[in-house]
Formats: sequence, C-alpha cells, structure tokens
Amino acid sequence: MIESSLHPALILIVGSLILPLVRGHLRSALLVLIPLVGFVNILGLEAGDNVSLMVSGIDIHVLHVDKLSLLFGYLFHVAALMGAIFALHVKDSTQLMTAMMYAGSAVGAVFAGDLITLFIFWELLAVTSVFQIWANKTERAISAGIRYLLIHVSSGLLLITGAAIRYHEMGQAGLTFEHMQLEGLGSWCLLLAIGIKCAFPFLHTWLVDAYPEATPTGTVFLSSFTTKTAVYCLARGFAGTEELIWVGGAMAMFPIFFAVIENDLRRVLGYSMINQIGFMVCGIGLGEGMGVNGAVAHAFNDVFFKGVLFMSLGAVLFRTGRINGSDLGGLYRSMPWTAGFCITGACSISAFPLFSGFVSKSMVMAEAANQNYVAIWLMLLFASAGVFHHAGIKIPFFAFFSHDSGIRCKEAPRNMLIAMGLGSAICLFNGMYPWVLYSLLPYPVNYEPYTATHVVLQLQLLFFSALAFASLKLTGLYPPELRSLNIDADIAIRKWLPGFGRAFSAVGGPFRDATIGVGKQFVSNLIASLKVYHGPGGLFSRPWLTSSSILVVLAFLTLFLISNYRAH
Amino acid sequence: MQQDAAGGGDKRHFFDDPRRVRGIIRLLFICCAVLILLDLVIHRHLSFAEGVLPFEGWFGFYGVYGFVACVLLVLAAKEMRKVLMRSEDYYDRE
Repeated sequence: MIESSLHPALILIVGSLILPLVRGHLRSALLVLIPLVGFVNILGLEAGDNVSLMVSGIDIHVLHVDKLSLLFGYLFHVAALMGAIFALHVKDSTQLMTAMMYAGSAVGAVFAGDLITLFIFWELLAVTSVFQIWANKTERAISAGIRYLLIHVSSGLLLITGAAIRYHEMGQAGLTFEHMQLEGLGSWCLLLAIGIKCAFPFLHTWLVDAYPEATPTGTVFLSSFTTKTAVYCLARGFAGTEELIWVGGAMAMFPIFFAVIENDLRRVLGYSMINQIGFMVCGIGLGEGMGVNGAVAHAFNDVFFKGVLFMSLGAVLFRTGRINGSDLGGLYRSMPWTAGFCITGACSISAFPLFSGFVSKSMVMAEAANQNYVAIWLMLLFASAGVFHHAGIKIPFFAFFSHDSGIRCKEAPRNMLIAMGLGSAICLFNGMYPWVLYSLLPYPVNYEPYTATHVVLQLQLLFFSALAFASLKLTGLYPPELRSLNIDADIAIRKWLPGFGRAFSAVGGPFRDATIGVGKQFVSNLIASLKVYHGPGGLFSRPWLTSSSILVVLAFLTLFLISNYRAH
Repeated sequence: MQQDAAGGGDKRHFFDDPRRVRGIIRLLFICCAVLILLDLVIHRHLSFAEGVLPFEGWFGFYGVYGFVACVLLVLAAKEMRKVLMRSEDYYDRE
C-alpha cells in the first residue's frame, strides 16, 4: 500500500545528496544501501497506487503505479546497485552523487503519471547524466558533454511543448501520460522528444558521441537509464504505432555496419545499443501483447548484458588506459575473470540459448512473424546475426584475444568483478529460468522460448555467423582495426553547422559592419541637428523672458475663447 | 592506468599454443556440421503461417542466412570505410 512507501525517486535523490557529506567506508556502505533501501521501498508499491497533487488548478500525478512502471522500477534499482558496486573505488563525490541522482530521476520518470512530472524528471535525467561524461575532465569529454546536454535539453523542450499543446486542446486529460494516438502536433512533439532519447535514426548521434567519452563507471550508469526510460515511455504512450515497426527495423540494421568498422570498443557497444533498442522499438510498434512484452523484457535484459559488456570494457580502460581495438588484444592473460564476464555478456546479447537475450529478443521476432511482417523479420534476423558478429565476437576477440598487445596489467579491482558477476548472474538466471521475468511483464505471457526448433535454428544462425567471422579472418578479408574515426549523422552539427556559421560570418560580417556604419551615421546626424536647436545657444535652449511666455499663453487663451464662442 | 610489466610475462597461456587455436576452429566446423545435420532430424515449426515465407523451411536456411548476412555485412562495412573513414583528429581541425 502507498501509505507504507515513500515516493521511489525520493529515496535515491535524497540519498544522493547525503553522499558528498560522508567519506571512506561509510560512503561505500551508503552507496550500496541507497538502491537496496529504494528496492525494499518499491516492493511496498502495488499496481493501482496513485498520488496526485493540485498545483495551480492542474492535477499533477506524481506517482502512478502499474505493472509496466513497477518492472522498470525494479530494473532501475538493481541497475543502480550494480553501477554503485562497480563505482565503489571512485573518489570523485560529484560523480557518485550525480550518478545516484540520475538513477533517481529515471525512477521518477517511470512512475510519472502525467506529462508535467515526466518533464521534470526528464530534464533532471539530462542534467544529472551529463556529469558522468564531464567527470572524465578531458577536453573531448567536456565538448561531447555539452553536445549531449544541448540535445537532451531540446528533447525536454519538445516534451513540454507537446504537453502544452495537448493541454490546450484537451485540458487536464491531455496531460495524463497514457496510451495516445499519433495525431496532432502535440503527440508528434512527444514522440520526437522520446525518439531523441531513444536514439531514433539521425537522432542517435548523441549516444555514440558521448557514451565513449564518459568515465569507465559513468558509461555503465549511462547505458542503464536514459534509453531505457525512453523505451518505457514509448511502450506506455505509443504501443501499436505502426511507424515504430519500421523505425525499429532501421535502428536494428544500420548501426551494425558502423560497429564493424569502429575502432573505439565502447563506441562499438554504443552502436550495438542502438541495434538492441531497435528490437525494442519494433516490438512496441507491433503492439500490446507479445510485442510490448518482448520489448520490455528485452529492455530489462539489455540493461544487464550491456551493463556487463560496458563494465568489462570499463575495467579494461581502468587498468590499461586504452580502449581502441587497435591498441588492445591478448588481455585474457592478465584479466581472465573480466574476459569471462565479457563473454557472458556477449553470449547474452547474441541470444545464445541459456543466456538472457534468447528469451526476450525472440518474442519480438515471433510477433513480427505472427503479424506477417516478412521484410521486418528478415531485417531482424540479419541484425541478430550481425549483433553476434560485432558485439558477440568482435568485442571479446579484439580486447581479450586476437594478437597479444603485450599489455600486462592486474585483474580488475574486486568491486568491479563483483558488479560484473552480479550482472552476469542475472543474464544467466533470466536465460535459464525466464519465468520470473515473464511474470513481471505487463501482459500475460503465452510463449515458450525453449523449443527444439528455436534452439537449433538460433544455434545454426549464430554458429554460421561465427564461421563467417573465422573464414573472413583466416582469409585476411576481415577489415583490420585502424586508428580512425568514422563520420556519422553528427557531421551535420559537428562540421557542417560550424562551417555554415563561419561562412555566414564571413559574408555576414561585412554586411553587419556596413549596416552598423549607416546606423551610426544616421544617429550622429540626428545628434548634430538636435544640437543646432537644443544645444547651447540654440533656439529652444535660450532663456526666455517671463513676459514673453505670458504673451504666448495669452495668445493661446484668446484663440481658445474665440473658437468656443464661434461654435456656440 | 596501472600496468604491471612483470606480471606473468614469461608464463605460457592457453592460446599461446597454435594447436589450441586450430582445435577451436576445428570445433567450430564440427558444430556447424552437426547443427546443419540436426536440421534433418528435428521436426521444424515455421515462424510464419503456411505459405507466407516458404524458404524459411528450406534445409539449412538459418545457417546460410547467418553466413551470408555476416559476409555481406563485413564486405559492405569495408566499402563504407572508403566514404566514412577520417583521421582521428577530424573534428578537432577547423
């Protein structure tokens, strides 16, 4: 019951504010305790609980609990716990405080019952998450953080614009955050706002731009909350919107090409993240029932397998200071545990039987087949093979195997290993015993992942993808990892827009100077002419005699008298 | 950035022996062969309704699709490099 629980966001946010006040073991204990206490707190919430406040005549639903929001509530608390353990060694209290506040904002957003509450947490998400990038303190990280913040604040502006339009059209009902039809400017603004955070094609660049620039621990938090909050919002607001099926298909397809040729391994994971969100968006587009169930289950699993992958690469970056595929290799010698966890994450994202991706991704594909979307199904199957190729093989292979880079370092710190172990355990548990996850899904599940057909066909797909990798590698056709950068849609804001600005100022500069020159000339002429009449000795600035003033007044009065007399 | 140059430098590790690498690759070939043959044994249920996507039920469809998809993916991505690849300081230059 709601009486026994606090607002779930409150515990994480208030807890985060205490973090900078304490040091040492106390802070470590607090860091782990905050998400645990938060988790116990939401166990007391039940579907149907609601809290609303009246603010200036508007009903604000600060808390709305149903199965969908509860699932994400559980998810975000466990993710916060995993991230907190992974970050236990971090000394920078700003980073830890904002990380926990970031988790709190995500929790607040998924329990928001109306668009105003959602907007507040939406902006808080943007502001708190950017510190995970800025905490790296490099010049690249700071610029990437500014670009990230600009894009996310714009997303928030679109959200509040959409909310305002809906309020204007429908009144209070327009503000409720429930399923909506995609009609009218208001709902399009909302979809675009969510689409930015969800990394829709062409709106995705913030993700691959900023995530690789964050700190090793920051990326783990970033990968858990922002995009998953957006997936949640999409599932709540736009389930069954057919356009999303195609958007999702595109998202599953295009990033894998970029991932194959990308050298920064955390950026490879960024692309693979968009690819996985593609499956979720597609599932949401397929609609209520198995589509949304699959999408939401996959979002849940993605937090852990992507978390494990980002953590293992974070540990590599932490120990070696390097993250490019071209600089790494052979690290299984020094970091065997990290390599093992990385492979667990890789198997899960690739949807190997017994690993978590297998039980959730397949629901989306099965639903696409049920609804006869042949092209989408073929695209998703292509993407499934591709994700194994770039995330399942490329990431562990180039970091931990491949040629020996000669780097010898220590195994990851114990706290990192525990966090990776926790994530991996959840991946395996959900893969082997999916029924707990299935029971938490918003719709009843009528799906059996472990059929002989599914297992054998999925293994065929994966093993032959591995065969393709091995053949290309052995024949030397596989593109080598090169120290390089690949341009993406962000070239528009990072190269063209500044270029346009420079060109504009090159043409506009002289024009502006000329305009200002003409204006200045006009003003100085005006001043000069005023000086003639009003300046010292001018006609209007001379002292006049009192008698002449009286004479003028008398003349006016006489004129007034005559005109009035004539009128009557 | 903690490196320990001395840690296990001369110890021989699992994949230092090329026979093990060859063994892994051989295992991969065997698995692929077994999986393709399993196609003949198991009774397959199609994802799609009858007649929507008939070649889904063909022998070895998933294996061939996975192999071809990955080869195409890599070759296409290699071509993309010609258009998309820049030097690492591309965005830092004016």
